[in-house]
Amino acid sequence: MKIHEYQGKELFRKFGVPVPRGILATTADEAEQAARELKTPVVVVKAQIHAGGRGKGGGVKLARSPAEAKKLAAEILGMQLVTHQTGPAGQKVRKVYIEEGLDIARELYLGMTLDRALSRVSLMASSEGGVEIEEVALKHPEKIHVESIDPGAGYSDFQGRKLAYALGLKGATVGKFVAFCAALYRCYVDTDASLAEVNPLVVLKTGGVVALDSKMTFDDNALYRHPDVAAYRDVAEEDPQEAKAKEFDLAYITLDGNIGCMVNGAGLAMATMDTIKLVGGSPANFLDVGGGATREKVTAAFKLILADPGVKAVLVNIFGGIMKCDVIADGVVAAAREVQLKVPLVVRLEGTNVEKGKEILRTSGLAITPADNLRQAAEKAVAAARGARP
Amino acid sequence: MSILVDEKTRVLCQGITGAAGSFHCGQMLEYGTELVAGVTPGKGGTRFNEEVPVFDTVQEAVRETGANASVIFVPPAFAADAILEAADAGVALVIAITEGIPVLDMVRCKQALRGHPEVRLVGPNCPGVITPGAKCKIGIMPGHIHRPGRIGVVSRSGTLTYEAVYQLTQLNLGQSTAVGIGGDPVNGTDFVDCLKLFNADAGTDAVIMIGEIGGSAEEAAADYIAKDFKKPIAGFIAGVSAPPGKRMGHAGAIIAGGKGTAAEKIRALEAAGVLMAPSPTELGSTLQAALKRGVRKAN
Repeated sequence: MKIHEYQGKELFRKFGVPVPRGILATTADEAEQAARELKTPVVVVKAQIHAGGRGKGGGVKLARSPAEAKKLAAEILGMQLVTHQTGPAGQKVRKVYIEEGLDIARELYLGMTLDRALSRVSLMASSEGGVEIEEVALKHPEKIHVESIDPGAGYSDFQGRKLAYALGLKGATVGKFVAFCAALYRCYVDTDASLAEVNPLVVLKTGGVVALDSKMTFDDNALYRHPDVAAYRDVAEEDPQEAKAKEFDLAYITLDGNIGCMVNGAGLAMATMDTIKLVGGSPANFLDVGGGATREKVTAAFKLILADPGVKAVLVNIFGGIMKCDVIADGVVAAAREVQLKVPLVVRLEGTNVEKGKEILRTSGLAITPADNLRQAAEKAVAAARGARP
Repeated sequence: MSILVDEKTRVLCQGITGAAGSFHCGQMLEYGTELVAGVTPGKGGTRFNEEVPVFDTVQEAVRETGANASVIFVPPAFAADAILEAADAGVALVIAITEGIPVLDMVRCKQALRGHPEVRLVGPNCPGVITPGAKCKIGIMPGHIHRPGRIGVVSRSGTLTYEAVYQLTQLNLGQSTAVGIGGDPVNGTDFVDCLKLFNADAGTDAVIMIGEIGGSAEEAAADYIAKDFKKPIAGFIAGVSAPPGKRMGHAGAIIAGGKGTAAEKIRALEAAGVLMAPSPTELGSTLQAALKRGVRKAN
């Protein structure tokens, strides 16, 4: 789960990670009032959306007076902010964060995430703050310094010191950076984060270190034990289809093609999408109904797929292992009836009781196109989506 | 011959009285698995299906029944604890089926398992392990699609493993052992571990490995195969069409920061001499082609 910058900073504050003073605003008037309260000569007006690259997209602006903060907030609020992470349609800005301006000496990068190869959390720092870390990793891997954290012992101060000296920090700033890392690690572990990124982390002219930005994502599987974090969820930032899928515990991802897919199992679902592409079509979604798909789940999945107006054909690919094919066929038929299916439906069933399942589809009276294997199913669905008779 | 499990495997199930645990334990018994004990705290002294004794602790179950493998169905919030309980009791093979375990639980769990070098973890979030020739099925895979034979199967995905096994069986290519290593970012046994075992197993003639986007486990496997693997091997990577930054169902299946793409993995495996299936409908036939072609080493 992703959260907004202002929410991330609220968490940072709770764990003692230093952040600038800031106030959330949802209207231009609130923004003006916030700038007045902050009392600094300069404030920053920052668009709050769940995507990076906001500055480049025109979503982060400096204001030299409360009146200017109001004017800028009026421009930013309601805009469709386009960044490299939002896609061409952009994301609507509903909130701005008004933050005090600071005297910055240096911009650094600090990130914390899971190193899968080591099965440990890693702390990464770079002298190249404020730019895309992926670019730095590609062009100047020597400028990224990594410390992997022992899960038993936890973060140790020497690791912060190694990073601080590698970044060329001096004097009292070193100790402040070490404490910053310790607080960030506590925040990461105590909230079951999957990413905590501070880009940039700034060194102030006074020698202090402050998180100028905050990007945090969380392990969905651990949200049950963090109701405070779960409460940060902002449904307005999510794809409406994907949000709906979550209600039914379906793994669903919106894509931009025209063939709706329903598959059991994540690997097989990906393989089905791949096969559609291979035969010249384009999937409208990724949808895993799970290993033990029930009739209710199949119906919910059908409704989700058909709610996408771009869907011109539906492909169902189920490998009935523990689930028997006749049970699945019953579910498919019932669901197709219930939603009054209007687009062509191609079904490939395999596994236990496959003959019974196929018989149910054949005698359902519905225009269901059966397929014997995955490739054939994909070909039939692609043809159907193009308007050809399958 | 086989890897990981055979005729001598005596299985206990943690979470045997839950819905998933009891259903699949029934299936395992039906397949012929030597299921000797169940563990559910508070249900000690009862019996599962009127035959399998249930204990309060794994330690007690091992002491009373000599179980040497455990299959875990307990809910995600308690699963890491269950894995450690099995390790503490000295169970040599721990197979965690549970899906949705918090990642940091597994990070801590895996660190703790370093203190139990004799214990091997498979999973979590996996279909399990099956050796058809020994009638030993530990997990949730449909037993009837398997045939005893000499092909090794190792995969990160569940139903895609079934697809591979099914295609092999259709071609009369039985399986020595099929292992699902699971779709989570932090797991136990990986591709390289399984490939080493298959390499040394006299009962395995060739292997098919099925990977997916995300992480670098397939690249690590490619390095090992290029250096040491001595048998014909076919492969497939799911997710060629997956967009970056979107998690494809499995917690581990995500292309992040431009890393973990299918194209990279396919390139690495092909360079290592793996014959790659062009589509998931050609898993069986590609393995067959790999068998005919024999071992090909990249220079």
